Amino acid sequence: MIELSNLSVIFGRGTPLEKQALSGLDLAIETGSFVTVIGSNGAGKSTMLGVLAGDVIPTSGRVAIGGRDVTRIATAQRAKYVARVFQDPLTGSCGALTIQENLALAAARGSRRGFGLAIGSNRREEFRARVAELKLGLENRMDDRMDLLSGGQRQALSLVMATLAGSEVLLLDEHTAALDPGMAEFVMELTQSLVEKHKLTTLMVTHSMRQALDYGTRTVMLHGGKVILDVVGDNRRNLTIEDLIEMFRKARGGETLDDDALLVS
Amino acid sequence: MSQIAFLGAVELGLVFSFVAIGVYLAFRILDFPDLTVDGSFPLGAAVAAVLIIAGWNPWLATAIAMAAGAAAGLVTATLNVKFRILNLLASILTMIALFSVNLRVMGKPNVALINQDTMLTPFFGHGLSEFYVRPLFIGVLVIIAVFLVWRFLASDLGLAMRATGANPRMARAQGVNTSLHIYLGMALSNALVALGGSLFAQTNGFADVTSGVGTIVVGLAAVIIGETLFHSRLILWALVGCVIGSVLYRIAIQLALSSDILGLKASDLNLVTAVLVACALILPRLRRGRAAA
Repeated sequence: MIELSNLSVIFGRGTPLEKQALSGLDLAIETGSFVTVIGSNGAGKSTMLGVLAGDVIPTSGRVAIGGRDVTRIATAQRAKYVARVFQDPLTGSCGALTIQENLALAAARGSRRGFGLAIGSNRREEFRARVAELKLGLENRMDDRMDLLSGGQRQALSLVMATLAGSEVLLLDEHTAALDPGMAEFVMELTQSLVEKHKLTTLMVTHSMRQALDYGTRTVMLHGGKVILDVVGDNRRNLTIEDLIEMFRKARGGETLDDDALLVS
Repeated sequence: MSQIAFLGAVELGLVFSFVAIGVYLAFRILDFPDLTVDGSFPLGAAVAAVLIIAGWNPWLATAIAMAAGAAAGLVTATLNVKFRILNLLASILTMIALFSVNLRVMGKPNVALINQDTMLTPFFGHGLSEFYVRPLFIGVLVIIAVFLVWRFLASDLGLAMRATGANPRMARAQGVNTSLHIYLGMALSNALVALGGSLFAQTNGFADVTSGVGTIVVGLAAVIIGETLFHSRLILWALVGCVIGSVLYRIAIQLALSSDILGLKASDLNLVTAVLVACALILPRLRRGRAAA
């Protein structure tokens, strides 16, 4: 269960560049649901994810994960409950470490790190098995450095890393945006199966309306730092991409859809 | 170069390999350009020398010298992490402060350790010449240090430290307290440098407040020579590279200074050092350039 109540975020307060990124946003997400989040640039999608992850401390309002108030808890302490995959594959994994070391780093998320060997024989086997499930052949390259891999391979491994240690929430920040279409689809299918297998409460920010409707159980549209559309169940099943574009247009006060038209695919 | 001069160079190289490992931890693992070492090296020497003269057990004196070095590293880390001072500047502040601290510790610019019992004293007089005993003894300490640092970097904690330096955003998302690791890494790095300072004082028989000048360059030189020799990305080889680099650096300096053809004097040391480091930095680039062409 995630609860965002009356959340406001103002960047650069009191300066000429002051920007209200979230203005009184309310959103409650029940355990196990997979929410896709859409909205135009500057709607507050990334800020909302940042607030949930702990990177952004809200100006006012409350953030609760699983009943715990985490509003002011730092990213690292919150990582016990929150797993994350970034848009940029270079951000989500560590290029200077090997595949195996990246996995070991993720496996210890939320637990106390001590002097025990990071890669013992138990973990080695477990990691190999988990990586083999991807069917990318990476299980034979466990000692290769992460920066030798393609963006898609790194994103797939980031997803495995996100599910190695237990967590309650999975945050996906346009995690397929930097990938070619084939790889993007592979990563989305992988996302779907991992979310189902580990029963994660998931928030996925996406620019692709097709992804927003094809995946997940609920779709939320943000505009001006607020939720302006929230659909689940039958309403959502009957929704078409054209409907979404129409709603986008209305939200923007009848503006024409210049660049957003490209996002239909 | 005489055999004694050669052994002396090896010994000095081994003493400075602690500095090299410390510099490697700060610059390469944590990505923290730390100049504190120019102050923590003479700090280690000063603390150990003063305590030994006061009659303390030399091993205990060295342990306290290491703790003092760790404290110096923590000051730099605090300035950077807590007060957001640029890392390089934070370390320079600590470095110049340490100059005064070192003078306070010793009460004068230098102290002599002649006729004092050091960590090495029990190993002298068993038939082996002192010129061999000193590098052997320090070599054993170096092997222990390399093993311990390597084992640490292979642990969950060490892995988190490596991630802190390589990708702090990712590290935090994986639950790593990056601030804590900067504190820990800087303390460890400067403790090793102070250990080098302490051993320097004990093998050379004195501690001098100016002995820290250029420590960082020497440390970096060793790290870079090591990296040039061993291309491996494996941590163990990088650490071994620090040691070999440090020893080779001293031998190269000794060769340059003792060759009659070049006509160099001891006072040319800093120039020779700068030229050597510049060469170590330029050579791999040239090699890469040729490979690309």
